Amino acid sequence: MNRRRPNSTRPLAPKARRKLPAPAKQGVGGMRLIRVYFTRHAQNLFSALGRMVRQPIGSLLTVTVIGIALCLPAGLHLLVVNGKAVTSSWDSAVDLTVYLKPGLPPEAAKGLAGRLEKRLDVASVQVIPAAQALEEFRELSGFGEALEALTENPIPDVLVIRPAQEDINATQVKMLADELTAWKEIDLVQVDTAWVERFHALLAILRRAVSLAAAVLAVGVVVIVGNTIRLDIQSRKSEIEVCKLIGASDAFIRRPFLYSGLWYGLGGAVIALLVVNGTMLLLQQPIRQVAGLYGSNFELTGLDFGSVLLILAGGSGLGWLGSWLAATRHMRLIEPGKDS
Amino acid sequence: MIRFEQVAKRYPGGREALSELSMSVKKGEMTFLTGHSGAGKSTILKLIALIERPTRGQVIINGQNTNGISRRQIPAFRRGIGMVFQDHKLLYDRTVLDNVGLPLVVQGIGHREIGRRVRAALDQVGLLGKEKIFPVALSTGEQQRVGIARAVVSKPDLLIADEPTGNLDPELSLEIMNLFQRFNDVGVTLLIASHDHSLIEQLGKRRITLASGRLLSNGLSGGLSV
Repeated sequence: MNRRRPNSTRPLAPKARRKLPAPAKQGVGGMRLIRVYFTRHAQNLFSALGRMVRQPIGSLLTVTVIGIALCLPAGLHLLVVNGKAVTSSWDSAVDLTVYLKPGLPPEAAKGLAGRLEKRLDVASVQVIPAAQALEEFRELSGFGEALEALTENPIPDVLVIRPAQEDINATQVKMLADELTAWKEIDLVQVDTAWVERFHALLAILRRAVSLAAAVLAVGVVVIVGNTIRLDIQSRKSEIEVCKLIGASDAFIRRPFLYSGLWYGLGGAVIALLVVNGTMLLLQQPIRQVAGLYGSNFELTGLDFGSVLLILAGGSGLGWLGSWLAATRHMRLIEPGKDS
Repeated sequence: MIRFEQVAKRYPGGREALSELSMSVKKGEMTFLTGHSGAGKSTILKLIALIERPTRGQVIINGQNTNGISRRQIPAFRRGIGMVFQDHKLLYDRTVLDNVGLPLVVQGIGHREIGRRVRAALDQVGLLGKEKIFPVALSTGEQQRVGIARAVVSKPDLLIADEPTGNLDPELSLEIMNLFQRFNDVGVTLLIASHDHSLIEQLGKRRITLASGRLLSNGLSGGLSV
């Protein structure tokens, strides 16, 4: 009893509203309160992690589900990035491939190229003689033996024309192509850009799909975390009840759950990154082979620093949001004294 | 300190726990609340702690009308009241130190200060040295004293107790009551719901007796023994 000082003079309710009552004897100061505040948050941060570690299987399951949900948009994003990278070098090249009529003398192609190069709307002309084309085809296509059976070269001479204007548009290319088609030596003019354009249209759809998938899966992550936190809250019902009885604010009770949510989200993001990068690693070699077959030295682009950061921040943020929603909603339902 | 003015409380389902009840407890007073179970003792304590709200009338605690306290203000309000429960309401996965220190943690008090104050509170209830023990390892009487230490650790002006000796034998009950008496000696206002008449008689304190939600007697003498 001797240690207790009489305190009947202290008013009860009005002062009790203060968030942080001044500690009895030690120095009071803003710095101290700030330190206490951060200490408390740090404690919550690590005790939340500790709780997860104590239930390794449940936590791992939750984190894995979140990870899978997050790695789908991340993977699609990579697909778009790499698709763009593949075609970027062809973006501006609006080349025309000109197939000459078969059976023309070998000099005819050279002569035609010379005439074309003199034109103002043509930047350069590359001649691919029929013999050289056949050789390439034999090497790369795998039809080598079948070609042996042919008595004559089925491939005509080819000219690849690059227009002078770099930002030439589709109608101008079409006009040039139509004009050349009319020439008597020329069999067919093919505009190479058509498929590039189609590919880009497909990429645009894919990019839209990434956004949609990301949105849907973000909602999924919020729900997954929310549900986990809901169960967590139910299992700690008596603790919440006692805390409310002794005057804990909603923010105080919610805080540990928010940190749990943050950890779940962050853990999920890390798993998503591992899965995506692992997949990349597995695909690297086969893609290099395919690229080699197409005479390209294309390399898969991984997630850049910004994307990694975005996934980590996004995962944590969604986890936080999910737990905030669940905690705020379910905490209200737990009120002391309602059972007795 | 506590004033009830024409307070009625009707629970969902129509049961009227309190009817037009008016009573008051002065600052520094130690008062018992008696009556049959269902007479309204617990309801009065719940109204004081804002666990329940009155259907009609006003509950004024330390000059503050509780009807004016919003949901958000309840936590801060409750910090000014120490509460002791029949079933202790301890957290069994935490040590005695953590249990008793919880009200201080809630208020954001520093670690070292909490340790100091918890030891002081445990000293008052005679459990100094048991900080690291888990409540399950303690007897019922000791658990109740941990509950009391938690109620007084933040030095509230008002202590309310709902059947604090309900599960204890007479000897332990008297011990607990003497503990309350010592808090009262230093100025804490106490309102204790109990049906242990012989014990109340022994202490010679004011007794508020309820029957079916109404005031039956309100004075020092035992009044009607119900």
